[in-house]
Amino acid sequence: MLIEKIFWIVRSSRTFDSLKAFCNSPNMEEKIIIAGAGGQGIMLLGKVLAEAAMRKNKFITWLPAYGAEVRGGTAYCMIIISDKEIGSPYIHKADTLIIMNNLSLEKFKNRIKKNGLMLINASFIKNDLLISPKMLKYSFTDIAKNMGNIKVANMIALGSYLANRKILDTQTVIKAIEEMTPPEKKYLIEINKEALLAGKKLTLSAHEALTGA
Amino acid sequence: MSKKILLSGNEAIAQGALDAGCYFYAGYPITPQNELISYMAANMPKAGGVFIQAESELAAINMVFGASATGTRAMTSSSSPGMSLKQEGISYIAGTQLPAVIVNIMRGGPGLGNITPAQSDYFQATRGGGHGDYHCIVLAPSTVQEAHDLMPLSFDLADKYRNPIIVLGDGMLGQMMEPIFVMRHASRVARKRITKKWALTGCKERNPNVIKSLYLKEGALEKLNLLLQKKYKIIKEKEQRYESLHLDTAEVIIVAYGIMARIAKAAVNKLRAKGKKVGLIRPITLWPFPETLITQILSGLHKKKHSPLFLVVEMSYGQMLEDVKLAVNGKAKVEFLGRAGGGIPTEEEIISKIKRIGG
Repeated sequence: MLIEKIFWIVRSSRTFDSLKAFCNSPNMEEKIIIAGAGGQGIMLLGKVLAEAAMRKNKFITWLPAYGAEVRGGTAYCMIIISDKEIGSPYIHKADTLIIMNNLSLEKFKNRIKKNGLMLINASFIKNDLLISPKMLKYSFTDIAKNMGNIKVANMIALGSYLANRKILDTQTVIKAIEEMTPPEKKYLIEINKEALLAGKKLTLSAHEALTGA
Repeated sequence: MSKKILLSGNEAIAQGALDAGCYFYAGYPITPQNELISYMAANMPKAGGVFIQAESELAAINMVFGASATGTRAMTSSSSPGMSLKQEGISYIAGTQLPAVIVNIMRGGPGLGNITPAQSDYFQATRGGGHGDYHCIVLAPSTVQEAHDLMPLSFDLADKYRNPIIVLGDGMLGQMMEPIFVMRHASRVARKRITKKWALTGCKERNPNVIKSLYLKEGALEKLNLLLQKKYKIIKEKEQRYESLHLDTAEVIIVAYGIMARIAKAAVNKLRAKGKKVGLIRPITLWPFPETLITQILSGLHKKKHSPLFLVVEMSYGQMLEDVKLAVNGKAKVEFLGRAGGGIPTEEEIISKIKRIGG
């Protein structure tokens, strides 16, 4: 009871900005599955998203695959961001799939809602399969490599996601990244920020190309 | 003051225990509760307590037994197969009337089973589990926030009744992360060491305290058993806890606990939006089972033409079903939906089951 009250107070004392966003979509619920190879930063991608959504007072669940996951094997996590209390944290059909390698595409290609958003890592997935009309392919890993750190492919994907689904603003996500980073890793914030913005730009420029044509 | 952080169920339980003034933790790793032991390893020493990774589950529970005898708030945790190994120690703790908190993050069984979430240890937890006539108070959180909040309550109940407490979660609750409010370190009220008169603290200038479960003298063991039964009766009367939803108008009442209850709750909300008269009982204490509530519902409604229908949903094959049937005592129809070994009944399955049984 008390906890519910606290939630109510916190939720009702939103800033004007997020209140406006709340009013625009009173029943927002976004179910996201992120999948790839162990070591691609799949879990972290999900956690950053969850941490950022927490700062916007959303209800969130983050559920990892916790089997015998090893580096090089498949890894996935499921995130639900909602304005309402969340029932099951498990996702049968997702609004968004972020797929970072071939094996994961095979595993999750049927787990998307009709017209759901798919973000595909074209650096590893080379087929022409069209599963959803909103299927976007970018070479996240190649772009990360060119930026000088292959590990930030996940943040490029996140940036691209944020540009496609306007449920969180980039500043909140950057703040989440800054606060999540342990003191001894602070030097990594800058490249992650750059990667996030690069991902965002990627999608925005693609949109411009589409609408300009 | 409190702050909001993102924690997994396992971590929240560990943090809740630290907030409750737990100063001793011993455990042995097992998936899916490993985040709990690793959180304890990192944070118990910082809180000034003792963390031990024991050589086995049996050793861990007996370390808790020893620590508890000194009056320290002590706990251990495991998952289903490890929990079976702890039963001997739990029986001894119950027999010696020591407070202790034991967390079971259930996984699929029987045997080594697998690491997917399950609720198949309901009987083991609520019926005693080890040898002898004893009961543990069993608390079942259904959100990460509640997993945290039930820990201080667990330690308080353990001390109040000098009885082992089992916190029963499942793999999904243990692994999933949710934002929760935790107390800031400075305002933790409970972190004082509590003095217990019966504790073994060195009997300088007082009569020695005796903590034992071996009673060979004729009639002595029966006397202990009568004392325990008296205690269990008081617990049954005073400690039944539950959450309920729409009971006053419900024609179908779903009974579910833990992670299953939040899935059932989502189903109830969907059905309510369509005008279906569905309600929910979520037992928070599995032992004592909230049977008084069910008795009250049935006695309050017996003038109505139709008594409500009960639907028990669990991630096991009809374990809590027995407690619901005992409480209903033939006065209403009780239906069942259950899966185990990694299968989790979905919202849709619950909704179609309710349609089938005529809700």
